[in-house]
Amino acid sequence: MRRFSTSATLFGLALACAVPAAAGELTVYTALEADQLKAYKEAFEAANPGTTINWVRDSTGIVTAKLLAEKDNPQADVVLGLAATSLMLLDKEGMLMGYEPKGIQALTATYRDPANPPKWVGMDVWSSALCFNTVEGGKKGLTAPQSWADLIKPEYAGQITMPNPASSGTGYLMVSAWLQLMGEEKGWAYMDALHNNIAAYTHSGSKPCKQAAAGEYTMGLSFEYRANKSKQDGAPLDVILPSEGVGWDMEAASILATTKNVEDAKKLLDWSVSKEANELYAKSYAIVAMPGIAKPLEFVPADIEQRLIKNDFAWAAANRDRILAEWSKRYDGKSEPKS
Amino acid sequence: MTAVAPTALAPVRQKLSADEVLMRIGVVLVGCFLLLAVVLPIWALLKKAFEDKSGNFVGLANIEQFFATPSLATSAMNSVFIALVSTVLCVGLAFVYAYGLMRTCLPGRGFFRIVSQIPLLAPSLLPAISLVYLFGNQGFATWLLFGHSIYGPIGIVIGEVFWTFPHALIIVTTALAIADARHFEAAQSLKASEWRIFMTVTLPGIRYGLISATFVVFVLVITDFGVPKVIGEQYNVLATDIYKQVIGQQNFQMGAVVGLVLLTPAVIAFFIDRIAQRRQTALLSARAVPLIPKPNKTVDWAFFAICSVIAAMIIIVLAVAFIASIAKFWPYDLTPSLKNYNFDMMDGGGWESYRNSLTMSALTAVIGTAVIFTGAYLLEKTTRFSAPRSIVRFLTLLPLAVPGLVLGLGFIFFFNDKDNPLNFIYGTMAILVLCTIGHFYSVAHLTATTALKQIDPEFETVSSSLKVPIYKTFLFVTLPVCLPAVLEIAMYLFVNAMTTVSAVVFLYSPKTTLASIAVLNMDDAGDVAPAAAMAIMIFMTSAVVRILYTIATGSFLRRAQAWRRR
Repeated sequence: MRRFSTSATLFGLALACAVPAAAGELTVYTALEADQLKAYKEAFEAANPGTTINWVRDSTGIVTAKLLAEKDNPQADVVLGLAATSLMLLDKEGMLMGYEPKGIQALTATYRDPANPPKWVGMDVWSSALCFNTVEGGKKGLTAPQSWADLIKPEYAGQITMPNPASSGTGYLMVSAWLQLMGEEKGWAYMDALHNNIAAYTHSGSKPCKQAAAGEYTMGLSFEYRANKSKQDGAPLDVILPSEGVGWDMEAASILATTKNVEDAKKLLDWSVSKEANELYAKSYAIVAMPGIAKPLEFVPADIEQRLIKNDFAWAAANRDRILAEWSKRYDGKSEPKS
Repeated sequence: MTAVAPTALAPVRQKLSADEVLMRIGVVLVGCFLLLAVVLPIWALLKKAFEDKSGNFVGLANIEQFFATPSLATSAMNSVFIALVSTVLCVGLAFVYAYGLMRTCLPGRGFFRIVSQIPLLAPSLLPAISLVYLFGNQGFATWLLFGHSIYGPIGIVIGEVFWTFPHALIIVTTALAIADARHFEAAQSLKASEWRIFMTVTLPGIRYGLISATFVVFVLVITDFGVPKVIGEQYNVLATDIYKQVIGQQNFQMGAVVGLVLLTPAVIAFFIDRIAQRRQTALLSARAVPLIPKPNKTVDWAFFAICSVIAAMIIIVLAVAFIASIAKFWPYDLTPSLKNYNFDMMDGGGWESYRNSLTMSALTAVIGTAVIFTGAYLLEKTTRFSAPRSIVRFLTLLPLAVPGLVLGLGFIFFFNDKDNPLNFIYGTMAILVLCTIGHFYSVAHLTATTALKQIDPEFETVSSSLKVPIYKTFLFVTLPVCLPAVLEIAMYLFVNAMTTVSAVVFLYSPKTTLASIAVLNMDDAGDVAPAAAMAIMIFMTSAVVRILYTIATGSFLRRAQAWRRR
């Protein structure tokens, strides 16, 4: 019987390796960038000894879909760094817990859920930006576009990548901004024209800028943090905020109503509105929830706050499903391979 | 009188010995393991395909919806097209290469053999990433495509051919190894031309091997999602759709339907392959004389040239991934740097993923080898008990018919069910190990069975007449004798656990991220060079294990197996 007991013991060991989440641990769903997570985790854990964060990171659309799919058996305790439009959807499903973090008074009043206590609190604003590779542009004799309208010029055919809005929050805020700026009919007509110039729709909002940075495609529609970072890393990029105004969304935090670890979850929300946290956000974003902290990013125009469009969050959240379905019908899976 | 007859005819029931009881329990346990690791998850998936979101039975509604969705129907067409083209190319190349190895006297045979196995040591994502660097818009050799884009069907086909090449090669080589020299001599003495001999003797002799290779490659390609995920871009195939449906939209029902669609060709291929393999071995009669190729300068050097080209392509693909991973900022700053190996600043879980992969592979190798080898022994040596044995034997081959993506999806449905008492292993290392053992069970089992068949059954008879309990015979006789096979199984499981993406992509959790999945996630986030770096780490680890295995079988086994020599 020895051989069975050996394998049984080993299998038992394997099971034991897999300890379920213990107290003092928070499962936190996030769409923050991977290169930001480490600093946030370290800062929070240093301020709150005994509580640890386990990140589950993916693109905005995936995290949103995952949270909705797990509605009956949620795995997350806290959502930190997800688009406010997504959190509003979750709120509509009754999945969020109202909580007023200690120190929330210090935040700009508009960067939080107006309900009392708020269902979500804002962290920072992220907005779309265009990365243009000057080396590749030069080789092809292309000048950098300055507006959304420029992007549909025929000479840019096959030179542009943008994120798929179904998976990427950055993609969705662009689509939502175009529809708000131009109205539904003209907005879709614009995207039809843009579609002819698009080489690929990517899974994540970072990839278009990284691809532009590597010269794989001449330009990528992305967001300002990634544009700034890629340029800091030495990529030959121009960071452009199109002149009609840029789409934006808020990264926000919220507690899941079903969490079994309310105490630790509240600690994380308290931390998320703290000065220390806002200083960390300010390293990546030009606009953060706490006034007086933000400083301009090295390679992003300093007047970015004035360039943001007037964004109707309630509309963007309420119409998200409809817009994404329409977008997928028009542009996803139907595009023939370009050979 | 008539009343006595039945008792006289009644069979004598032999009392079962302790050994026999033990072994029968063992057979049942192995059956239970396979039930858990393969059958029940697949059953859960099949059930899901016929349910709506709330779990009500809806018959064929989901399947109708699948065929009514134009994008999914397009994907199905694309998948079949890609699989057909890749299969023809891959089997053709593998045949030429294998012919060179087995039927000519080309120089450097050992080298060509080693190079051909390289693709097995890396995830299918690696060739795709390399192709981006070779033929992408900033590639070394983009001009070779004459303005066509590598993104899409061209890239997918090249990547798939690279990745499936060794699989086809192994099958065709085995087929070519079996040949009766007398047939060739007969043909030659009848003055048949070389071409005629090739068409009437060589090809018919390996036809079942070619059929088998064709189906194996077709299924591997149609179910692989690593290559199309990286390089397919807007060219959708079923394997990426299943991932988009499940991960992207969390639409598990539609994911299950796509899984069902992928399962169909795999099951058909499984049965054709079974039939083909049975016929193949039957070709060789006991009086066959092994064929030894004769040197022929023209032929040998021609095959040397062809094999060199193929081997060079394999090496280039690997080398490009390596170079891209150590360049500081491709393509603008090519100074060597280890920056891309700083995984902790990237998506995918960082170095932790790599450590998790090592743990997972080691556990899979140790536990898997114990279970599979013991299982094969029990199935071989248990006397009578034939019905349960043939059921369990069928189950050991079943994983061959189940694509990894489908198995992984089945695991979600089966283990994430709140009513399943084993629900607690969901999201742990244990489920990854269980799934990986299930996924790769069959080949390991066949290796064990082949080794066990070579041992004289007298060992057990003698032991039992000496009243030695069966487990002692197993541990002190069978196991040492079969050590080469045991090590081979452990190596096979380890390497596959390191490189697999398809099954585990649905099952990892934030605490159990894996290196192969980190490659995928980093590529998704646009960090292509770090993705190449992680793929290289996986390749090097698998290569080291493979080399250790070769050394172990070489020196250590020479001593352990000294009894085989006279």
